[in-house]
Amino acid sequence: MLSVRGLSVTVEGRRLLDGVDVEVAAGEVVGLVGPNGAGKSTLLRAATGVRAAQGEVALAGRPLASYRNGSLFRTVAVVQQMPEAPDAMTVQELVLLGRHPHLGLLRREGPRDHAIALASMQRVGCEAFAQRMLGTLSGGERRRAFIARALAQQPRLLLLDEPTSGLDADAQAQILALLRALAAEGVAVLVVVHDLTFAAAYCDRLVLMQQGRVVASGAPAQVVTQEHVRAVYGPHVRVIPHPESGAPLVVPAVS
Amino acid sequence: MTIRGLRLGRVGEAHATAAPWRVPALLGTAALAVLLALVTLLALTQGSADIPAGTVLRVLVDSLPWVEVETSASDSWERILLQIRLPRVLAACLVGAALSLSGSAYQGIFRNPLAEPYLLGVAAGAGLAVAIAVVSPLPVDAYGLGWVPILAFIGGLSTVLIVYAVARSGGMLDGGSLILGGVALSAVWAGATSFLIINGSDTVSQPILSFLFGGFNTSSWEKVLVATPYILVGTLVIALHARALNVLQLDEEQAEHLGVDVSRTKLIVLAAASLVAATAVAVAGVIGFVGLIVPHAIRMLFGGDYRRTLAASLLGGALLMVSVDLLARTIIQPQEVPVGVLTAMLGGPFFLLLLRSRKVSL
Repeated sequence: MLSVRGLSVTVEGRRLLDGVDVEVAAGEVVGLVGPNGAGKSTLLRAATGVRAAQGEVALAGRPLASYRNGSLFRTVAVVQQMPEAPDAMTVQELVLLGRHPHLGLLRREGPRDHAIALASMQRVGCEAFAQRMLGTLSGGERRRAFIARALAQQPRLLLLDEPTSGLDADAQAQILALLRALAAEGVAVLVVVHDLTFAAAYCDRLVLMQQGRVVASGAPAQVVTQEHVRAVYGPHVRVIPHPESGAPLVVPAVS
Repeated sequence: MTIRGLRLGRVGEAHATAAPWRVPALLGTAALAVLLALVTLLALTQGSADIPAGTVLRVLVDSLPWVEVETSASDSWERILLQIRLPRVLAACLVGAALSLSGSAYQGIFRNPLAEPYLLGVAAGAGLAVAIAVVSPLPVDAYGLGWVPILAFIGGLSTVLIVYAVARSGGMLDGGSLILGGVALSAVWAGATSFLIINGSDTVSQPILSFLFGGFNTSSWEKVLVATPYILVGTLVIALHARALNVLQLDEEQAEHLGVDVSRTKLIVLAAASLVAATAVAVAGVIGFVGLIVPHAIRMLFGGDYRRTLAASLLGGALLMVSVDLLARTIIQPQEVPVGVLTAMLGGPFFLLLLRSRKVSL
């Protein structure tokens, strides 16, 4: 669904991305991990053309440049890191904005658009607060509302930049489980996750980045290893296997 | 039912927990229209000669083509109504609607609830352009009055572009700098306009002075007819971008991700809003704060959806302007208070209240 090859971004002589390759297929959740400044957000922006870049990007089998006038966003939806919206806007109003790429200059949202918006809200479990204003929501509720807005675009590829940051552990697990469920319905998901343990537990594959390059990619157990984690993050962490599932856990390196 | 990977539930079962209080758009807009009609009628009856409302209505109906009714109005009443009061009230409607709409468009584009033609310096820029046209050796009339809104538009649009460029440094738009830049540039334009007044002969100074204060005492059918197409075009352009303006209430990156060409949309709507605001200035001079008060009140009543509020913004602006003009010409009869003076006395405290409420962060 998403194929990125040799993607590079240079800003004022600084290489933010350096020959990055990433593939995301329909039905899988790929986690993008790495320390701050590794280029994860830049990769998401470059993949949709919001940030200019060199290299090849193909979405749903078509090169990025072949999408015109925002038609790309009928196929791809992005939930950025700290999305903003007026506090007085209701969840439903926000989610309906997700229909914008599908509507022409003169067309209003019809019953079908309202039905899709409602289905999106139900899918993420925010239909109960559809009429509440965004300013009154908790952090987790707010994330859900923005994911519902993205789903209203009916994307085949969903890009999310740290949808779990700042949430408590249970809310993080809920958001990531939701992404898994969406993938099971055929959506391709590329998600930036800060927490390596959560990323390893919920993603099919991980891409570990550092200073604009891909350091490792593959199954979580092959990417989240003591060797990789210490090389990228530093010596103060350890990777141990989960006592039940065997999934990698990243813990402090104190005895 | 499944739509591309989404399970669809029953339509219309969204729950209404803690829904924000909002006036139904159609009902509220209709109420504003009725209120505007009543205040307009009242404004037509008031003045040096008090003309009964029934007579006013009969004269209005009689003036329509192919309609004849017995009016019982003297020729002088008819002249006062049709040649003086009616164009004045219509000019106030147009200008109020224009200032309100442009204010709400600026607020949407800049995502700043304080952006409006007066505070952004658009009004002063347009006013200076008109003043230059008045003092220039080429008589403005030779080009027809039709040119004045265009000159005002150039003055207004260039002002807002300068202010925008100043406030946007490093890709971030600073709301405080936007308003401060607008106020500072306003001061420069007002200074230049004052210079033209002091330097000019009485014949040019007088019309420029009335621009500085703003008002409708020089309204005429000619002005109304010249201004209408500009305001209509600008309004149409803004109306076509109403949903894009809704999307722009989110941040710019999100708007891009929803398929909005952000810089193009901004430029188009800025130009349209500036055309509408500048035309208002060409008709009635510099009138502040209408573009602040009305959109804010409408948002509180109707919510922030541009499509729900467009008609209400126009009607609300017209309602406020006709009311204030009525006050301006009756409060200390037989003298008139410049309308701009009244809106400043009304709008200044409103601005301070907004700042104090902390809903507005600069």
